[in-house]
Amino acid sequence: MGYLGELFVMAMTAIFIQNFVLARFLGLCPYLGVSKKLDSAIGMGMAVIFVMTLASAITFLINKYLLIPYDIMYLQTIAFILTIASLVQFVEMVIQKNAPALYKSLGVFLPLITTNCAVLGVAILNTTAFRSDSVTAYNFLDSVLNGLFSGVGFTVVLVAMAGLRMRMEMADLPKSMRGMPIALIIAGIMALAFYGFMGFQI
Amino acid sequence: MRFTKELSKGFIKDNPIFILVLGLCPTLAVTTSVMNGLGMGFAATFVLLCSNIIVSMIKKITPPKIRIPIYIVVIASFVTIVDMVMAAYLPALHKSLGLFIPLIVVNCIILGRAEAFASKNNVLMSIADAVGMGLGFTLSLVVIATFREILGAGTWLGVRVTPLAYDPMLIAILAPGAFITLGFLMALMNMLKEKK
Repeated sequence: MGYLGELFVMAMTAIFIQNFVLARFLGLCPYLGVSKKLDSAIGMGMAVIFVMTLASAITFLINKYLLIPYDIMYLQTIAFILTIASLVQFVEMVIQKNAPALYKSLGVFLPLITTNCAVLGVAILNTTAFRSDSVTAYNFLDSVLNGLFSGVGFTVVLVAMAGLRMRMEMADLPKSMRGMPIALIIAGIMALAFYGFMGFQI
Repeated sequence: MRFTKELSKGFIKDNPIFILVLGLCPTLAVTTSVMNGLGMGFAATFVLLCSNIIVSMIKKITPPKIRIPIYIVVIASFVTIVDMVMAAYLPALHKSLGLFIPLIVVNCIILGRAEAFASKNNVLMSIADAVGMGLGFTLSLVVIATFREILGAGTWLGVRVTPLAYDPMLIAILAPGAFITLGFLMALMNMLKEKK
């Protein structure tokens, strides 16, 4: 399999087979919290894709050129979370200054992303993941693309969920099921559907 | 008087999972068995207790503008301690909780309590708050894990409790079962609240 084939497998795995939300249980707070309206779901999704890609790139460099050479791998958690927090802050300032229109649509979601465990999750997973056909660890490009695809996977289910929940508003539900309980049950049925992808051999 | 009030609110009134809906990622991911739920609950309680104590001790000298990064560093240090201690003494549990140990850092319960409670109250109250919230979290994990483990594997804490004729529903310990179990438990909680 060529490199492109390898990339296709990585994309399918990150988006469908090992979906961050439904199979790995990462990033559930925004998944249930920001999925009430379609526009805010799309905004949040875009912000997550952006931050996850950037965070994958920077944490990879920190891991490879700072933590491993000085043999301080045990500081990984602290180093990564600080990097992500400052990255988010930095991105927020840059966007606010240079692209006010973009800031208006993404701005409110950016601070929430620091505590989105999907971002820290992808950074840690990138350092432990191995490519499917060999025993080599992810290189720089692999990590960045894995961050991008995982973010896309998150956005796909977030937007789908927002669409479903908007229709749910009209439904005549028992009082105790309204809100969070029914959202969780919908999520369960979605996870069941995504389980079907696990049978794929690629 | 206030001490016991802060201690007990985490169990029912302000239960972090069923009422406040915080920290769902570890909740759903690790409750495949009661043992994992207990392990995660105690790990998070330890981190919450230590970070609440430190945050409340340094609340007078913390510059308000950079308080969140400071809280994150405090929390991350304790998470690293838990991670290393668990890897050394409980390697099996450490392996089955895996990624979710470092991810305690971004558990919204811990940062939430630091920001909402420990930064405004004294050390003693913060300890009560942390213990109450932590044990409330642990209790909720155990309740969810009980349903999932009995339905999905026919065991409780590894001991078989269902008759041999019962064929376990594997779905309860897979990802979809996690969402559905929590959904029904939350609906039950709402129903009980309404009746009151």
